[in-house]
Amino acid sequence: MTRFRVYKRQEPLGWGSCLVFLGAVAVSLLVSGLLLSIQGKPAFRGILLLIQSAFFSSWAVEDCLIKAVPIFLCSLGVSIAFRLQIWNIGAEGQYAMGAIGATWMALKFGHLPGLILLPAMFMAAAILGAVWGFIPALFKVRLRANEIIVTLMLNYIGILFLDYLVYGPWKDPASFGFPMTKEFPPAAVVGAIGTTRLNWGLLVCIVTGVAFWIFFKYTRLGFELRASGENPRAARYARIPYSGLVLLVMSLSGMLAGWAGLLEASASLNRLQPSIMAGYGYTAIVVAWLSQLNPLVIGIASFLLAGLRVGLETLQLDLQVPAAFGAILEGLILLTVLAGGFFSRYEIRRRGAAPALARPQDKQHP
Amino acid sequence: MKKLILVMAALLLAVPGAIAAEKEMKVGFVYVSPIGDAGWSYAHDQARLALEAMDGVSTSYVEAVQEGPDSERVMLNMARKGYDVIFATSFGYMDPMLKVAKQFPKVTFMHCSGFKLAPNMGNYFGRMYQARYLSGMVAGAMTRSNTLGYVAAFPIPEVIRGINAFALGAQSVNPKVRVRVVWTKTWYDPATEKEAAKSLLDVGADVIAQHQDSPGPQEAAEEKGVYSIGYNTDMSAFAPKAHLTAPIWNWAPFYKEVVDQVRKGTWKSQSTWSGIKEGIVDLAPFGPMVPKAVQDKVLAKKKELVGGKDDLFSGPIKDQSGKIQVAAGKTASDSELLGMKYFVQGVVGTLQ
Repeated sequence: MTRFRVYKRQEPLGWGSCLVFLGAVAVSLLVSGLLLSIQGKPAFRGILLLIQSAFFSSWAVEDCLIKAVPIFLCSLGVSIAFRLQIWNIGAEGQYAMGAIGATWMALKFGHLPGLILLPAMFMAAAILGAVWGFIPALFKVRLRANEIIVTLMLNYIGILFLDYLVYGPWKDPASFGFPMTKEFPPAAVVGAIGTTRLNWGLLVCIVTGVAFWIFFKYTRLGFELRASGENPRAARYARIPYSGLVLLVMSLSGMLAGWAGLLEASASLNRLQPSIMAGYGYTAIVVAWLSQLNPLVIGIASFLLAGLRVGLETLQLDLQVPAAFGAILEGLILLTVLAGGFFSRYEIRRRGAAPALARPQDKQHP
Repeated sequence: MKKLILVMAALLLAVPGAIAAEKEMKVGFVYVSPIGDAGWSYAHDQARLALEAMDGVSTSYVEAVQEGPDSERVMLNMARKGYDVIFATSFGYMDPMLKVAKQFPKVTFMHCSGFKLAPNMGNYFGRMYQARYLSGMVAGAMTRSNTLGYVAAFPIPEVIRGINAFALGAQSVNPKVRVRVVWTKTWYDPATEKEAAKSLLDVGADVIAQHQDSPGPQEAAEEKGVYSIGYNTDMSAFAPKAHLTAPIWNWAPFYKEVVDQVRKGTWKSQSTWSGIKEGIVDLAPFGPMVPKAVQDKVLAKKKELVGGKDDLFSGPIKDQSGKIQVAAGKTASDSELLGMKYFVQGVVGTLQ
């Protein structure tokens, strides 16, 4: 018999959860420092360097924002599906299809002016990404196929299709046989904001983020989605068209991932090549969960994660720690933050002790 | 107090003196895979360590950098931090490097395995096909089943050229030999590459060659008790009973030369494609199972190459369909070699 028990918190922790988050980050940095010193590297300087080069140098914020864009869009995408408790693991494939759609337009209609070409690219990326989300949704509502399996498998198909195109019909004849398309014409490139290295993809993030928030907060459909996610059965009794919602969220989810693919191909690479697949679709799942599906928090988490990856490169360069250390550190932070999330939802009390901030009626159920 | 002033004065005097003597060179490397313990990045990193040992040179690196936007940021950061020379050692770094080179005209950029140039960006590569040919001769002499297995990375000219050179080398000592090719579409994935090697063993290959950075195929050969040809560096430690030899990279002399040129101000932007003659590629020591007669034959051919006679891709060379690709009496030009898109006769496999 232990003297302590885990209780579910009866009131949300509010700002306390912010503290828990910071605490978790602090713990993981502490452990990372320890790992650094085991390798014979200066622990304190290392951690300082990591934070400084990620967020406090003149170009760091720019670098982080650029890197955060695809993570944010994919993450926002999967979080829409997650709200309905539909487990879309397929952002990676939807991202690939979006990049393919955008590239198709850019290669086929490269002579058109940007004002027509760019919207066409956004349309094509949205449609192909959405189709890649719609297929598993259809399988789910019609055949009751598990969407986790179907989305995961479609990732491979999407990525292999991309490979086929860049190794085959879309290969640039001037690339010495290397798998890459021709460079996009200037009209097909999502441009930089002013003289910065940032591109207008950032605006896409802000607009979609706000739209997402309004959708869930103020529209009837958004409310239905939330309600169905929390209790699909009750939703059916309330005559909410659950199947239609599944198809809708998966398509929206795919559309956003598709746009992430478009922005990477157009703004960052200026062409399609296999290295566009950087695993953002999988990172997105972690980010969405860390952020508890809240769009603003997704934005912050994407930025922080991007910063972590940027900072780790500097850590490698200046201290020559192996790249694997970066992966360990990233895993450590994600793990502690997720574990910290436990403390925002549950509390550990002595058996029989009164809960903190207990309301009178709670005392009847010790 | 007096002491402090003296120390300060000494420092003030010493610092300009040091600058006048010789500026410390900072050299940065961008690697596509982890350094690991045998592969492509490892070979480059061995050369980096040789630079580090030079006077007035300090080096650093970032490993496992994705090609594309990530690599651009890594190179930007090196340039911003005052690195004088930046080496990027994967094809996909070419366009990002070109972008960064334009922003930092005073930094020297060196790109491995590409073809684009800028006033402050050069490119370089080695004629690995020469060492491949020699290793093919060893494999062709050692096989009993007349089937050689080749675990290939990506269907790009560099890899295709290597396979063809290997096949031609093997055929030069054993006309009946066939080279079976399996693509893994990976540069570093030990499990996949080992499995691919096993699939070649299952169809009767008794010498396994490879193009990837992991020793996975070597291990597969060792376990089956057949022979293997390594790549990048001497991989005999991973397969002591199987490892016949390996075509290997030796970047140190070239890197030292580049850094010296930059320091003296004599560096010029150009494309460098040197071979066994300059020592940038070589053959690892033979395993004890390679008979003396075979060794001698291979070394004689190597001597020819070192002497500057490179007739490895001299006609008549036919492709898989029997079509003549290099006519009799002609030798493939460098641009034909660099854009190679066909398998020679005797290679079994597709270019997909």
